[in-house]
Amino acid sequence: MKLLVIAGPPSAGKTALTKQIVRRFKDEMKIAYLKIDVVKAFEDVELNREFDILTKKVYSGDLCPDHAGVMVLGDAVEWAERNKADLFIVESAGLCLRCSPYLNQGLGIIVLSSISGIHAPEKMGAMVALADIAVVTKIDLVSQAEREVFIQKIKEVHPHIGLMETNALQGTSLQRLYQFIEKSEDIDKNHLVLKGSPPIGTCTICIGKKEIGWDHHFGVIKKLDGQIADYLYRGE
Amino acid sequence: MIREITVLPGKDKTGSLENFSEITLKAGETISIVGPTGSGKTAFISDIELLAQGDTSTGRHVLINGQPPSDELRYDPAMKPIAMITQNTKCFADLTAEEFLRIHARARKMHDKEIVYETIDLANKFTGERIRKDMKVTVLSGGQTRSLMIADAIMIGAAPIILLDEIENAGIFKQEVIRLIQNTGKIVVFVTHDPVIALLTQKRIIMGNGAVRKVLSQDESEVRAAQNLIELDKRVGIIREKLRAGHVITKEMISVNFG
Ligand SMILES: Nc1nc2c(ncn2[C@@H]2O[C@H](COP(=O)(O)OP(=O)(O)OP(=O)(O)O)[C@@H](O)[C@H]2O)c(=O)[nH]1
Ligand SMILES: Nc1ncnc2c1ncn2[C@@H]1O[C@H](COP(=O)(O)OP(=O)(O)O)[C@@H](O)[C@H]1O
Ligand SMILES: [Mg+2]
Ligand SMILES: [Mg+2]
Ligand SMILES: [Zn+2]
Ligand SMILES: [Zn+2]
Repeated sequence: MKLLVIAGPPSAGKTALTKQIVRRFKDEMKIAYLKIDVVKAFEDVELNREFDILTKKVYSGDLCPDHAGVMVLGDAVEWAERNKADLFIVESAGLCLRCSPYLNQGLGIIVLSSISGIHAPEKMGAMVALADIAVVTKIDLVSQAEREVFIQKIKEVHPHIGLMETNALQGTSLQRLYQFIEKSEDIDKNHLVLKGSPPIGTCTICIGKKEIGWDHHFGVIKKLDGQIADYLYRGE
Repeated sequence: MIREITVLPGKDKTGSLENFSEITLKAGETISIVGPTGSGKTAFISDIELLAQGDTSTGRHVLINGQPPSDELRYDPAMKPIAMITQNTKCFADLTAEEFLRIHARARKMHDKEIVYETIDLANKFTGERIRKDMKVTVLSGGQTRSLMIADAIMIGAAPIILLDEIENAGIFKQEVIRLIQNTGKIVVFVTHDPVIALLTQKRIIMGNGAVRKVLSQDESEVRAAQNLIELDKRVGIIREKLRAGHVITKEMISVNFG
């Protein structure tokens, strides 16, 4: 089974891109789709209705969607394999800019809209840096020069990312992405790990204390590998 | 070196095959695309811009010098032989005109520092509203944006193929643009509703229902008609300026004599 993890800010065009991918591959592969969102998502119903593929959604609630992804992805991969899927597509809400949902296998795709502002590629940290491919959407809404400036900006921040641009509503120029998907290898579900180390934050804010100011809070921010991060803080 | 591009037929909006075998556009040639709104004019030049390989809504293929373009030509902005001025006259990038052009020059691997200022100077030849280098591109007017993008396409895009989508509607000096852009040895394609532009180009492609309907070549009598039209167009321009300045329009100003 091939695995695609698609991430990106809200309304970037993740679902529009997913639909193009499904349209292209639905006749040759059995496709399963999982949407991870915070409070509300409709994609599962929509994709199921439009393409009659297997779909599922999970709400992350209090957790960041990428943290939630880490917890449920194991089960989800089981689910997709049990249903004999050949291609498993995960769409992450991508609201947390500290984490990234990409795994060590399959393809990680960041979707960025060309109208999201020129500094978006720099602000998005791991979500862009750890992706294999960046797909720039909504190119129908900007001038060619502006598209080139946006692409250049991504390249300068992430020189090795595979870049492509599309009008995701029409699926223009996605041939190269389809080739990447065709060439991507089947995953081995017993050796799936996250590509990046997510920060683990435990603090009084996380557990719901509402007071503001340093006096009222303490906490530790610790990396997964045990190292203490620089930005540790304590109540004064 | 780009000698020619070839467009191979795709499908119209109802899925029927287009009725031509191929359309070849040669270096130094000017082409206009005409047809009603929604007839597929923008889609046609977008196919050229994306070097379509059956992967756009029309299903057309585009060849360069008779060959399918390499991935490098298709996907590396620095290699892209095409500059397109779209109908969009809004920029979203939160950058000044100078910063914008500088990043674009980097994307196009141009290292001459002066190019940015030369581009802004050229843009100011196309618009009456002065563009300054420290203006944010997000606040430029439609005419200013269009002028800057055309100047950028000529100077920084410096591409052998230039595609212009309805430039006449954006408050710019279109005669000046055409004068500067013609005779540069480039392939220049104008999507247009303007009869002067349409008659001045060597080839005219007529669109309908998403497909190419006809391809016409310029003939002698049309060239002469175009001269008259230019005269008329100038006259309209003068009347427009007079109206703006609050003058009363007399019958004499409007009378023309076609030779
Ligand atoms: N013009 C244009 N609109 C687009 C394009 N891609 C997406 N859209 C529109 O942008 C809006 C958001 O697209 P979605 O695909 O739902 O975005 P998303 O990333 O899945 O959004 P969330 O899952 O809600 O975070 C929709 O109205 C799409 O129709 C594009 O390339 N061009
Ligand atoms: N051959 C085609 N097949 C399918 N859709 C098409 C085709 N040609 C154009 N379209 C679509 O029709 C709409 C109008 O076309 P457009 O090129 O914008 O028209 P124009 O520029 O002439 O006003 C667009 O959404 C475009 O994608
Ligand atoms: Mg979505
Ligand atoms: Mg148009
Ligand atoms: Zn997170
Ligand atoms: Zn916290």
